[in-house]
Amino acid sequence: MKFVRDFLDKIKPNFEKGGKFPWLHSTFDAFETFAFVPKTTTTSGAHFRDAMDMKRTMTMVILALMPALLFGTYNIGFQHFHSINPELSFFEGFWDNLLYGAIKILPIIVISYVVGLSIEFGFAQWRKHDVNEGFLVTGMLIPLVMPPDVPLWQVALATAFAVVIGKEVFGGTGMNFLNPALLARAFLFFAFPSSMSGDNVWIAEKADAFSGATPLAEMMIGANLPSTSFWDMLLGIMPGSIGETSSIAILLGAAFLLITGIGSWRIMLSVFMGGALMGLTFNLFGSNPYTQIPFYYHYVMGGFMFGAVFMATDPVTAAQTNKGKWIYGILIGVMAVLIRVVNPAYPEGMMLAILLLNVFAPLIDYYVVDANIRKRMKRWKIKGGQNVQ
Amino acid sequence: MSDIIKIKKGFDIKISGKAIEKVSSPIVSSYALKPSDYIGITPKLLVKEGDRVKAGSPVFFSKQNEKILFTSSVSGTIESIKRGDKRAIEEIIISADSNQEYEDFGTDSLASMLRGNVVEKLLKSGLWTLIRQRPYSTIPNPDVQPKCIIVKGFDSSPLGADYNFLLKGKSADLQLGVDVLRKLTSGKIHINVSATETTCNELLKLENVQINRFEGAHPAGNISVQIANIDPINKGDIIWYIDAQDLAIIGKLFASGRVEMQKMIALVGPEVKNPQYFNVLFGACVSSIVQNNVNSDKHLRFISGNILTGTTITSNGYLGAYDNLISVIEEGDYYEFLGWITPGIKKFSLSRTFLSGFCNLLPSKLRRTAQIDTNLHGGKRALVLTGEYENVLPLDIYPMQLIKACIIEDIDLMEQLGIYEVDAEDFALCEVIDVSKTDIQQIIRNGLELIRKEMGE
Repeated sequence: MKFVRDFLDKIKPNFEKGGKFPWLHSTFDAFETFAFVPKTTTTSGAHFRDAMDMKRTMTMVILALMPALLFGTYNIGFQHFHSINPELSFFEGFWDNLLYGAIKILPIIVISYVVGLSIEFGFAQWRKHDVNEGFLVTGMLIPLVMPPDVPLWQVALATAFAVVIGKEVFGGTGMNFLNPALLARAFLFFAFPSSMSGDNVWIAEKADAFSGATPLAEMMIGANLPSTSFWDMLLGIMPGSIGETSSIAILLGAAFLLITGIGSWRIMLSVFMGGALMGLTFNLFGSNPYTQIPFYYHYVMGGFMFGAVFMATDPVTAAQTNKGKWIYGILIGVMAVLIRVVNPAYPEGMMLAILLLNVFAPLIDYYVVDANIRKRMKRWKIKGGQNVQ
Repeated sequence: MSDIIKIKKGFDIKISGKAIEKVSSPIVSSYALKPSDYIGITPKLLVKEGDRVKAGSPVFFSKQNEKILFTSSVSGTIESIKRGDKRAIEEIIISADSNQEYEDFGTDSLASMLRGNVVEKLLKSGLWTLIRQRPYSTIPNPDVQPKCIIVKGFDSSPLGADYNFLLKGKSADLQLGVDVLRKLTSGKIHINVSATETTCNELLKLENVQINRFEGAHPAGNISVQIANIDPINKGDIIWYIDAQDLAIIGKLFASGRVEMQKMIALVGPEVKNPQYFNVLFGACVSSIVQNNVNSDKHLRFISGNILTGTTITSNGYLGAYDNLISVIEEGDYYEFLGWITPGIKKFSLSRTFLSGFCNLLPSKLRRTAQIDTNLHGGKRALVLTGEYENVLPLDIYPMQLIKACIIEDIDLMEQLGIYEVDAEDFALCEVIDVSKTDIQQIIRNGLELIRKEMGE
């Protein structure tokens, strides 16, 4: 790989101060460090460092998203052909399904990355920062929470909104308090409701005769149970957002995140606990059919699983303290089921539950840390009262 | 004997190059005092180039407290005074005589001395500077009484020296040192030892002390971790601490009336051919120690102290005042093609995204040795991940919140979050595992210094 290194070293001066393109420095740096881990050494503090860095962290999350992406791609194709021919079985026309799905999803991914990364690179250059890798994950999450029939210009608009208003105005990566990918979805949900709800958007180019209602929509209008079986919902053979349908694929990703230690097990576990808690409470006191479904149906319908594994666990927007993570997660689970069952305006409660708790996460942390501060103040007072102002 | 205090968080990095129990006495002709070894000290020189000094002669004093003298460990001639930016004094270099001459500080019986006399003797001999205080890790104000004094009896840091070996045969000096400390405080004298490693009677048989036994991975040997478990520090509290080897030097002063600043240090690290111990005086030049004993075909970094908290020196630099280790590791100034995606069976990481990360789940004896160098392994990024630091910080402190409080220089918040209970070294492991490559120790040090100046200490 010496020739790559030589080439980079040769063109590098062009992007330094005084070179031809100093305004492209961040961009050059992003590509250079992508190819080579820099030769920077420690100058202060510990003399050696862990081999782990932000690039690897983010890459691991993207790897964890792959099962959901691959299944989602196939499912787009299958749902499309299935709506035309309801007799079609899942593995019939395997390559047609995959190809159709790829044709649908690739433009969405490309738009999301191109729009988002352009803005990120621009802001990094403006602030004279290195480019943070966070958007590599966000850029993949955005397509996965979109309906397959979403217009591309809306994806572009939502991505731009999420990156600029959701992240950069607060200071960029690490400073935002709302999950950018969910913000993109919420933006579309409220700005263009017709593209994000109803029965027509969840299957790409659906045949008109086919109903195409998602399980959540069926429950909203008072079905006793969704028409899709529990196992089909678990596997993900149903209409829905691109990456959200298959709980199995998402759980594969979850296992990867937990084994590598990148995803917070506290948050994942507590979201499921919260969902179960609210589901069981409804079972006890509820009156309509939606309150009576087993709590684990909530896990496999809509975006609950995807939200719990990939959205709620975003370290920047989640609670940051370990105790806070439990509270944050449980409340997300509770709110998601509560909004689904009780609020007739929004079939999907997960998105709103996570955004709501994103807003409250700093408050949760505040009280967790405050307890630590109080404990310390109490000890100070007992030991040497006169020292405390 | 008290119960064992178990430290449950932390991590022992397993690397090669631990010193074997062999000691040599190299011939060292150059020595230096480095004012930067002491936090918060502005030196005022008492000598000029060409002056003669004996072991125990004052070389400079602290502008902040004129009573605190810094003395030479060796008799010889002031060779040069090296200055850096803004003419700050970096090194006062002394070339040694062939015969060691000593200043005489008298051998009055300790029993008849009052606290004032003991303090004066320590200040004059320069051995006062061996004692440090928490908070801030500065040399303490002699007019203050600490609530207790801690004697550091083991080192849990990577390749740390074996105190059983360092202290061999120093029973009498140590006991006399303890008796000196007894004069300085009405509080307890704590001897902090390792429950698993410490076996020497030199420490375990000391009288008029409380022996605390600690078990667990690094940072179990850090003073902050120990204080948190035996006598937590509150705002306004002062605790003093001293290394056991330095305590023996104080004992010797009261026995012989001479400043014999000799200590045993270890030369360690993966790039050392024969890691072993050396008997040297304070401030010794390391060149004769490292010469012909390191893999000189590689680009090396020499560190006075351990690889987590030590100071970078050159191969003919000088030993730091509080250090008993010279660590040598390889510089990591190389590019690595797509290095961030390799499976990493050989790389050092606590992260389980590397295959080697899984080995860290094993107890340290079964682990393979990690290969380390000084490469940063990535670029500096925003603080993104959470919940990582907590795994290696055995203190009741919220590390991320405290770090951010230090960055924004919010003194009230730093206080509330427990800044008095910590030192920069406690965050060394956090710094090692940090994926955003933030220099956390420097941030904490800056926070401590800000408070210290605000408090006028």
